[in-house]
Amino acid sequence: MLKFILRRLLLLIPILIGLSFLLFVWVRALPGGPATALLGERATPERVAQVNAAYGFDKPVLEQYVKYLGRVARLEFGQSITLRKDVTDELFRRFPATIELAMAAMTFAICVGVPLGFAAAKRERSWVDNTAVIASLAGVSIPVFFLAQILKWIFALQLNWFPTIGRLQPTRELEHVTNFNTIDSILAMDMGALGDTLKHLVLPGIALGTIPLAIIARITRASVLEVLNEDYVRTARAKGMSRRIIDRRHVLRNALLPIVTVVGLQTGLLLSGAVLTETVFAWGGIGQLISGAVLDKDYPVIQGGVLFLAVVFVLVNLTVDVLYAVIDPRIRVH
Amino acid sequence: MSRIINTNEPLLVVDDLKVTFNTRGTAPVRAVDGVSFSVRAGETLGVVGESGSGKSVTSLAILGLLPERGVQVEGAITLDGTDLLKASERELQAVRGRRVAMVFQDPMSSLNPVLTIGRQLTEVLRRHNVCNKTEAPGRAAALLDRVGIPEARRRLDNYPHQLSGGMRQRVMIAMALACEPAVLIADEPTTALDVTIQAQVLELLRELVSESNTALILITHDLGVVAGMCDRVHVMYSGRIVESGERHALFAQPRHHYTRGLLASVPRLDLVGGKLTPIPGSPRDVIDWSDGCAFAPRCPAVTEACLGGPPALEALDDTFVRCVNPEPLGESMWKVG
Repeated sequence: MLKFILRRLLLLIPILIGLSFLLFVWVRALPGGPATALLGERATPERVAQVNAAYGFDKPVLEQYVKYLGRVARLEFGQSITLRKDVTDELFRRFPATIELAMAAMTFAICVGVPLGFAAAKRERSWVDNTAVIASLAGVSIPVFFLAQILKWIFALQLNWFPTIGRLQPTRELEHVTNFNTIDSILAMDMGALGDTLKHLVLPGIALGTIPLAIIARITRASVLEVLNEDYVRTARAKGMSRRIIDRRHVLRNALLPIVTVVGLQTGLLLSGAVLTETVFAWGGIGQLISGAVLDKDYPVIQGGVLFLAVVFVLVNLTVDVLYAVIDPRIRVH
Repeated sequence: MSRIINTNEPLLVVDDLKVTFNTRGTAPVRAVDGVSFSVRAGETLGVVGESGSGKSVTSLAILGLLPERGVQVEGAITLDGTDLLKASERELQAVRGRRVAMVFQDPMSSLNPVLTIGRQLTEVLRRHNVCNKTEAPGRAAALLDRVGIPEARRRLDNYPHQLSGGMRQRVMIAMALACEPAVLIADEPTTALDVTIQAQVLELLRELVSESNTALILITHDLGVVAGMCDRVHVMYSGRIVESGERHALFAQPRHHYTRGLLASVPRLDLVGGKLTPIPGSPRDVIDWSDGCAFAPRCPAVTEACLGGPPALEALDDTFVRCVNPEPLGESMWKVG
């Protein structure tokens, strides 16, 4: 197992090199450039050339890339052109925010989606099932930004139960060690800050988690329905096992594989797709950073941000593969 | 622990069992249509028929394992003086695996792939409080040993996919016999196995039930299996028993044309150059029992009288036959040792 994990981690290197090269070429193929974004539409060609020379964009692409790769190997992603900040610092500051949000969304989606799908499958074609199916259909159909705005309007502005924006009350002091506010507030033994952090996570978490929730519920339902018809479930019943034990020990465990697959894929999507939610709740995560960078043609930020996302995506998939082996002995790696 | 059982008293009595499947949008299908039989301790009963004859549905009905929705079960199934059809789910759970156990057809799919053999064995022992938690692994290993699995202790940690088909069926049998049930139902226990393994598994079943005086209901389409093992045989067709009798009598002189057809379609080595004689048509070519004999469309000896209402199961010499035009007594078809 350890060998398998190690091999997969080593595989990250060629993946990242390939991806970084494609990215490098692609961002430069976008119309316009950082110079135009910095200087505006009416900048003189001389000024544009001057800026490009200052950043080294006038050199051949391959030469730029080799230099860049050398720096990336030392975890230096360069200076942001428009923000005038160090990209590495910025990524380490914002990435935890996005991961924290994605985890909150996924927790919500799994904790509601799996039981919902399970209950629906157990009572196929009953009102529970019909409600679950319709609700999950609605869940995947609602645009995220719309849902986010509605949640904010009802629960933050009207009922005043949850804060409207941000990750922490601006008045609260918290020492940022990991930039994960949950971890930092536990490290600081500050329960007030922890509660505040969790409160800030609720609305964006629900907004971001609704689509994965609906998908997880549907997959769970289909998977459980399939397992319920398996011969070994009949065997368990013929042994006189109670329904509760059959559900837990025999059905759920076997139904878990497709669910884990979907959770893995959805987590990857959440990380890169949180832009809308992050914008509505002024979250200050990586989604906002990258989408801004694309508009500004901020090459170093786009390149660094996407590479970061790729690493996380690969790690999530690795976790899924390891979980497979834990759940199903038939795919255990030798 | 041994139970003292009066061998003349039937253990399990199935009386006029009717099972109807009601699927929305289609006409109700009566899969089992008034089946009655009983089985005594130590006795092996064979239930024979083609697929779709209702034999598996009968066995699932005994354990209450048919789906709840869309299935109507009537009649009575009496075990230890209680009607299982009137029992609650909780009462049934106490019977399943404890008093009546079951071995299914396909050992590949009947064991849970993600649990170890040991877990699946101890689970049933613990469920029925046969032993305590610390004794359970030892008991499970002893069971595996008893069904002829070598290195039983080590096998407890194996997963089903690490065992061969024959070994898995042995595990299924061990699981079924774990709580020393009074009745064991084996539904096509050898159909999914290689021919060489089939004989071993049947021999094992025979040994085990005779050792423990367990009543065995053997459900099969294979007349060879029945001839070798069963004391009494019921032949089912389209949801009803069409012929039943003691093994020797039934095989020597089958009177129902369906039974004769089944026997004639068994490959035999003693008839060199002899061709197999299949029963024409398929089990789908039936008419409703209320209109006449369901086998009439495929029967070689069909007469006008066959379509004049339902034939009754009547005593005829040594067997019971549901036929208005039974084969006359004559030369015996099969000799059974």
